[in-house]
Amino acid sequence: MTQIDDTRGLDYHESLLWEKARSDTPGVDLPTPENKPLRTGQNARAEIGLPQISEPQAVRHFVRLSTKNYSIDHGFFPLGSCTMKHNPRLNEKMARLPGFAHLHPLQPMETTQGALALMCELQRWLGELTGLPGVCLTPAAGAHGELAGIMTIRAAHLHKGHHHKTVILVPDSAHGTNPATAAMCGYTIRTIPTRETGRVTLSAFKEALGDGYDVAGMMVTNPNTCGLFEKDIREISDLLHKAGGYFYGDGANFNALVGKIRPSDLGVDVMHINLHKTFSTPHGGGGPGSGPICCTPELAPYMPTPIVIKDQNTYRLEQAGERPTSCGQLKGFHGQFGMHVRALSYMMSHGKDGLKRVSEDAVIHANYILSQLQDDYHVPYAGPCMHECLLTDKIQKEKGVTTLDIAKTLIEYGMHPMTVYFPLVVQGAMLIEPTETESQAELDRFIHVMKMVAQDVTAGRTDTLHTYPVSAPRRRLDEVKAAKEPNLRWKVS
Amino acid sequence: MRYLPQTKKSRDNMLSAIGVTHVDALFTDVPAEALNHNQFNLPDHQGELAVERTMNQYANQNRPASAGRFFLGAGAYYHHIPATVDYIIQRSEFLTAYTPYQPEIAQGTLQVIFEYQTFIAQLTGQDIANASMYDGATSCAEAGLMAMRVTGRKKIMIGTPLHPHYRETLMAYLNNLPDADIEDHITSDTACVIIQSPDFLGVPHAYDDWRKRCDAVGALLVVVVTEIVSLGLLPAPAQADIVCGEAQSIGLALSYGGPHLGFFACREKYLRQMPGRLCGRTVDADGKPGFVLTLSTREQHIRREKATSNICTNQGLCALAFTVHMSLLGEDGFKTLARLNHEKACYLADALSGVKHVKLPNPHFFNEFVIEIPQKSDVVLDHLRRRDIIGGYAVSDHHILVTATEMTTDDDINMYARALSDILTEVSA
Repeated sequence: MTQIDDTRGLDYHESLLWEKARSDTPGVDLPTPENKPLRTGQNARAEIGLPQISEPQAVRHFVRLSTKNYSIDHGFFPLGSCTMKHNPRLNEKMARLPGFAHLHPLQPMETTQGALALMCELQRWLGELTGLPGVCLTPAAGAHGELAGIMTIRAAHLHKGHHHKTVILVPDSAHGTNPATAAMCGYTIRTIPTRETGRVTLSAFKEALGDGYDVAGMMVTNPNTCGLFEKDIREISDLLHKAGGYFYGDGANFNALVGKIRPSDLGVDVMHINLHKTFSTPHGGGGPGSGPICCTPELAPYMPTPIVIKDQNTYRLEQAGERPTSCGQLKGFHGQFGMHVRALSYMMSHGKDGLKRVSEDAVIHANYILSQLQDDYHVPYAGPCMHECLLTDKIQKEKGVTTLDIAKTLIEYGMHPMTVYFPLVVQGAMLIEPTETESQAELDRFIHVMKMVAQDVTAGRTDTLHTYPVSAPRRRLDEVKAAKEPNLRWKVS
Repeated sequence: MRYLPQTKKSRDNMLSAIGVTHVDALFTDVPAEALNHNQFNLPDHQGELAVERTMNQYANQNRPASAGRFFLGAGAYYHHIPATVDYIIQRSEFLTAYTPYQPEIAQGTLQVIFEYQTFIAQLTGQDIANASMYDGATSCAEAGLMAMRVTGRKKIMIGTPLHPHYRETLMAYLNNLPDADIEDHITSDTACVIIQSPDFLGVPHAYDDWRKRCDAVGALLVVVVTEIVSLGLLPAPAQADIVCGEAQSIGLALSYGGPHLGFFACREKYLRQMPGRLCGRTVDADGKPGFVLTLSTREQHIRREKATSNICTNQGLCALAFTVHMSLLGEDGFKTLARLNHEKACYLADALSGVKHVKLPNPHFFNEFVIEIPQKSDVVLDHLRRRDIIGGYAVSDHHILVTATEMTTDDDINMYARALSDILTEVSA
């Protein structure tokens, strides 16, 4: 007798594909092979060990799994430095046009002029918006864009014979990808402390720079991950440039600037743009991303290859070896073209007028939240903030309620938590990025729940806060067990 | 503007709650000369219809593989994608979710990743697989870097013809590190030997001899697969230490080169040196089974400059498309698909080698192979294009790599053979 699983109501128990009874027929109908002798020079593969189910079973499996996910289409997603904004479906529709979707990257360029023109236009938009006209679309994600940018800087130094420049300056509030990227490029990381003010101060920068002899560059996110604009950025970039270093701008927080402030006017030499953040290409549960880089004319000769070039009325990709100063090719083919289509659709939909409203509304929303919660939560650095605001659990922790508890309480109330325990420079950090695509009612609901938590803590009603979530598809998961006893795949038992 | 919910009234409300009268009062930390740049040479906002018109114009200037008579592969393959795949990946709950950092509300994405890891491990004959790399070329570069970490050595040997983009990408990654280099021979300094199979010219390879040669010097064996469908017909590279490559063929459109799906599998003993995201099974506070991202102490957000890689994607939606397509294919369907690809390529090989002056240098192949012609490859390919046939990829002056998949029809193949015959007669060598 089969045991009944623990499905109740709309909460489905969904087994692994491998745990399902194997169907005689798969979920596709293919022609019958002729089974002639193989010309592979090898025997045909034996049993692989794959599951087999029909199409209706497959659809049900994935639809049931989907119901266990939270998404931006469900509700508020204030994940700091991640820019979870509305993902317009027009972009999806455009990327699926057969003239884009079924285009092979190695086709003769006479047959891909439309795609190349689109990429050229995206290069132009990104160049205009950043003030950095050298644009390379190939990087596949933000971290890959960082790699492209730091390799561009490195190639420039090596070309000039500056082999002594071996250090990259990185503030301690930076994303982990910054130091990890610089290390992948063989650089030594020198950390700029920011704990005291939440910013890179002129004096801390000067101390890290020293005489600047060994400094190849600096990686700064601006606005930074404390939600603050680096107000000394012009003086800092001037000093860096005088010492022969380049300023890498981490584009994770470009949503605070887009259409209103050009990074070039802040002294940035090269930066990546997360098309999946600022320009709304969907996060897809963690990818695919797209991280084009933009740079000054001085650095452009060193960018990765290929870029798209317009010769009179025809478009073409750079040929292999055409730009010998390039830092090289960083992936197969020429970038996440499907994401380029989506991002350009988004840009055209907004226009320069709409993009300015994007950054302004994003900044208003973060400051609105800050203004409503600053009496309830500890604010480590005074505002105004930019497009995200930083709170901590300092007040609540005295009563034993932590950032983790607050995050999980938000889940209980049907919202995605903010970014937690980042930046590392602040204890119990809660980094809140509301984005411009929320209504005031959504913001108010979030504020209401946050105030309720603070009041519960004050009143000593903390027991339930440690138990949340109880209404989500799962309760808190045992991460220690997962790491201690790695179970990373289904196995025949 | 249709994507922005605020009205003038609600903005003013919020500004007054903040305690300012104008939005620029929130930007006082920005240098005045940088604020409110107003010289953008860009248009103002447009409605859906206008955007669609422009996008359609771009799309209509391309000649896609779906127009037929398409024989180009070389690392990206035109395959059929079942309707279910695109339906599932467009569900909001998958499409617009974030990286599953909050596992209580991300079990859908996490279970898919766990299933994806299992699919990749089963297909490659390896113990474990990560949740995922950008593409085949970067996955191959990461494998090279991982082999260097495991062995403490700096040299990488490429044993069979490797896709030129993979080679270029590997070289660019290695250029960043002192003494790291690609070599064409195996020594006691060799961190790994990279074997692409089928190789860039389409030839499948066996691994036993390479395994012995690697073991003799203590190097790792890395197998690269650019056409994952081949794993339904060719034996699994179970002898390898790392198997990596490109999985675009299952579930992902060509999309002019991306997004595609890198995969990465290895032996369990190298787990701690792996790059990228891993999903593991555990239990929740009620003892119910569930999944989380795990072993993140290898990763950049914890280890910073000491991380195994800077990568933080899990290429989630691409891994989902792959997993949905694989679940539809199943054991029988996947093997049948592989065999159909091979049989179509056999038909193509017979048709083209029947053309006067065309030779087939390599008798063994999976779904692509090289033809040798007396005339210049690029000239012949251009003549084919004028007849609306995308004839393949020029790998040298007189060699063209041609590809067939289940999408290729016998009519297409016959048309190709006739056109090639005509062109080789018309164009002098």
